[in-house]
Amino acid sequence: MIRPLGDWRRARVVFCVMFFVLLFSSLLISSAWAGVDTAPSSGRSLADRSAQWPSWEQWRRVLLLEDYSTRVVVFGVAVLGGAAGLVGSFTLLRKRALMGDALSHASLPGIALAFVVATALGHDGKSILWLMTGATLSGLLGMAVILWVRNRTRLKEDTALGIVLSVFFGAGVAILGVVQQMETGHAAGLEGFIYGKTASMRAADAQMIVAASFVAIAICLLLYKELKLLCFDEGFAGSRGFPVVLLDVALMTSVILITIVGLQAVGLILVIALMVIPAAAARFWTNEMWRMTLYSVILGTVGSVLGATISAVFPKLPSGAMIVLVCSFFFFASMVFGRSRGVLVRSIRRRRLNLRVERQHLLRAMYEQIEPLQKSDSFDPKTAVDFDQLLPMRSWSQKRLTKAIANAEDDELVRVRGNRNHLTRAGFVEAARLTRQHRMWEMYLIAYADIATASVDRDADDIEHVLGPDVIDQLEDLLEEQQVNFPVPASPHELKQQDSPSSEPEIKGAGQ
Amino acid sequence: MIAMNWMWALDGWIVVVGALCAVASALLGNFLVLRKMSMLGDAVTHAVLPGIAVAFFLSQSRSSLPMFIGAVIVGVLTAVFTEWIRRVGKVDEGASMGVVFTSLFALGLAMLVQAADKVDLDPDCVLYGAIELTPLDTIHLLGTQVPRAAAVLAVVALINALFVTLFFKELKICSFDAGLADTMGFSSRLMHYLLMVLVSVTAVASFESVGSILVVAMFVVPAATAYMLTDRLWMMIVLSVLVGIVSAVLGHIAALEVPSWFGYRSTTTAGMMAVVAGLLFMLAATLAPRHGVFVKWARRQLLSLRILSDDVLAILYRKEESRDSALATRSELKERLFAGSTTFGLATAWLQYRGELETHANEYSLTEDGRDRARELIRSHRLWEQYLVEETVAGVDNIHRKAERFEHFTDRKLRDQLDRVTDAPQQDPHGKPIPDEKNGADKKRRDKE
Repeated sequence: MIRPLGDWRRARVVFCVMFFVLLFSSLLISSAWAGVDTAPSSGRSLADRSAQWPSWEQWRRVLLLEDYSTRVVVFGVAVLGGAAGLVGSFTLLRKRALMGDALSHASLPGIALAFVVATALGHDGKSILWLMTGATLSGLLGMAVILWVRNRTRLKEDTALGIVLSVFFGAGVAILGVVQQMETGHAAGLEGFIYGKTASMRAADAQMIVAASFVAIAICLLLYKELKLLCFDEGFAGSRGFPVVLLDVALMTSVILITIVGLQAVGLILVIALMVIPAAAARFWTNEMWRMTLYSVILGTVGSVLGATISAVFPKLPSGAMIVLVCSFFFFASMVFGRSRGVLVRSIRRRRLNLRVERQHLLRAMYEQIEPLQKSDSFDPKTAVDFDQLLPMRSWSQKRLTKAIANAEDDELVRVRGNRNHLTRAGFVEAARLTRQHRMWEMYLIAYADIATASVDRDADDIEHVLGPDVIDQLEDLLEEQQVNFPVPASPHELKQQDSPSSEPEIKGAGQ
Repeated sequence: MIAMNWMWALDGWIVVVGALCAVASALLGNFLVLRKMSMLGDAVTHAVLPGIAVAFFLSQSRSSLPMFIGAVIVGVLTAVFTEWIRRVGKVDEGASMGVVFTSLFALGLAMLVQAADKVDLDPDCVLYGAIELTPLDTIHLLGTQVPRAAAVLAVVALINALFVTLFFKELKICSFDAGLADTMGFSSRLMHYLLMVLVSVTAVASFESVGSILVVAMFVVPAATAYMLTDRLWMMIVLSVLVGIVSAVLGHIAALEVPSWFGYRSTTTAGMMAVVAGLLFMLAATLAPRHGVFVKWARRQLLSLRILSDDVLAILYRKEESRDSALATRSELKERLFAGSTTFGLATAWLQYRGELETHANEYSLTEDGRDRARELIRSHRLWEQYLVEETVAGVDNIHRKAERFEHFTDRKLRDQLDRVTDAPQQDPHGKPIPDEKNGADKKRRDKE
């Protein structure tokens, strides 16, 4: 399970790893930057390639990152994917996965206003610095509105996100409508800022991504423990004296940073996808926060690199879309095969539990049938139980009972002679153990939980299948005064008559 | 002023189309907000891209009907996939929505790019209409020329209105308690998917004719505004529709007017409609009579002021009672009540205005009216203490705190009841005398007994 505190040391390890990855990639990018003059000597730009299956030569060029532009794009999206994966794992657990969506839309009015202000002051309205500043400021305003609506009004998180998204974007569209009439400096392409073009990413964009990612990663890892607490139990964090609102602001600032640099480099949808999908996919693999963060970073990075590579090899496939599709392929693969919450694992776990419960029910039912016929505690293999005797003991259908018996026969716990079922020696030992366990739990419930004798059978039934040996030991200690010498204590209530089928519920979803 | 460039044939239709879109979306938006699915409108408008692409590949034309159908089908699929991932994968609703709509959008983009060689299929112009252009695209209907968008959106709004009125009860129960709906014998899942189909139809019909920003805003903002104003579902629906219409009208006027303040011509109507809706929401969120943030704050301030002035009176009364002094200095009172200068100043000013407090050069004393009010408070306080000791398990040590809280909300009727239940005591558990009511009615009653 995820522990609320601790893991600081692991976080530091992750931090160091991330730091070196970043350092490495920024070195590579700056080397790419330095090689500006020599790199595009290949003569064939990305866009020129035909739609045919790429030759070995092309594969080699892309995979070894020989093209300057490919190198920039791959490293840019790799760093962005990793940082978004890290920040995304927090927002996912904070149940705010669509935060990036809202904040990226909320940056539009800032971009438009920054253009207006910069032009009015006589600067270049389309300089990245102005636009980024404007986008960040209006993103922060959007964040403030989201927090205000969520914390102060009766509206929920999703409505706050929806309001900020649509109203801010509407304001941005309205301001752009005015900006387009401005005579000083044409505003064409300003909208393109938030749609981005991954394939035409420049080294400057990549450097910006590295810088912003570094800040966001630093925020997330330095405040790792606090943010984790915030994600899992906001109220507890508040009661421990953590400044919850400030932590929230720190988290959302890193979301904004990643969103804004991502926006102009790779576009709106890709940033949203990188924030949500790797984190959601990582959640299927583990229940531990630091592992989840790590997997999310890895999935984000690998997905981005793969997508960018595919798009570089097949120029007809747009890189942003390919990155999203690779990531969502990871997501679905994780959803099916994920080791801790994947669909497959959960269904196997549930099936196993149901089988076990069924077998335990069968064995106990048989034991309770044999019990009055036993002369002593010794085992008599000749004693048999009819199928018709077993059927009314629980609310099981004929088919289910037949299946349970067949399963138990496979495990050599039961022998079947036509309609008559015998317990094997192993089956008898197991059945006695189960019955003992059941009755001990019943006695415990009566003695310590004030449960009436009439309903104790059912309550014990709910829990006995998941009892571990250590719990049984504790029970034995607790019930020592009662009857611990007996291998199977007598039932504390009247055993059900054969003609009154009991209506005990199954444990179906206990494995979830 | 407005009339400067207002043309009914043009602007009138723009407002009508905007209002129809707002009504159609706001009707369903109420249920999206209540079901915590506000982001669905945004998700659907992004996700329909592959539907449009497939429709284009199949029909090999840019006619709008196949694209409409394709978009609606993928819109419904968005909701289905989101629900499926949420349920099967146990993923949080927002995250599963994010996964689905970004993946679908990317898929659609990759498909459209393949087609881009054959025909100019720019997603922006195929997908997103502009509300300013709707009056130009007309169809012949009932002997007049009606904009196509107005006709389509009127039909959609009508269907949504019928859906909401016919299934009002079912929608209500499903939105608030899906489990109860299932036990009552109608499938909450069926209602969910019906709603999703209509949301998707509305979203596609709207963004195809008036642009996505308007429909995304109108799904969420009017419903959220109405939710701030009322607690009744039918009222919320009515209010959200009204807010939608008002923001459509004001939005268009603002789009024409506001830029001219800065010397520009008109701007995008859809964007301004969203902005006006947002302003209406801020208004409701701050000033709504019951749930408004500012109103709630003011109400809390007034209450704490009333409690503070009650406490001033009670302290002065207790001083008089112990024959210590009938006067109390300003600093003494402030210190005992942990009050800041401003709040204390307000409280004393209020008491003086009511004629319950007198000042004598930086010292305060009670007037006759003030003494009456203070007696009521002290009587309430001590009766509560007596009651708590007699009727509950509270010990003598911790009753003061509770009584201190109750005394402010206890009227004559409740005092008489407490008096009766505690057998009209003369003294409270601490041995302090319980003062009589002012007119001495119960003293007479006690004498009679």
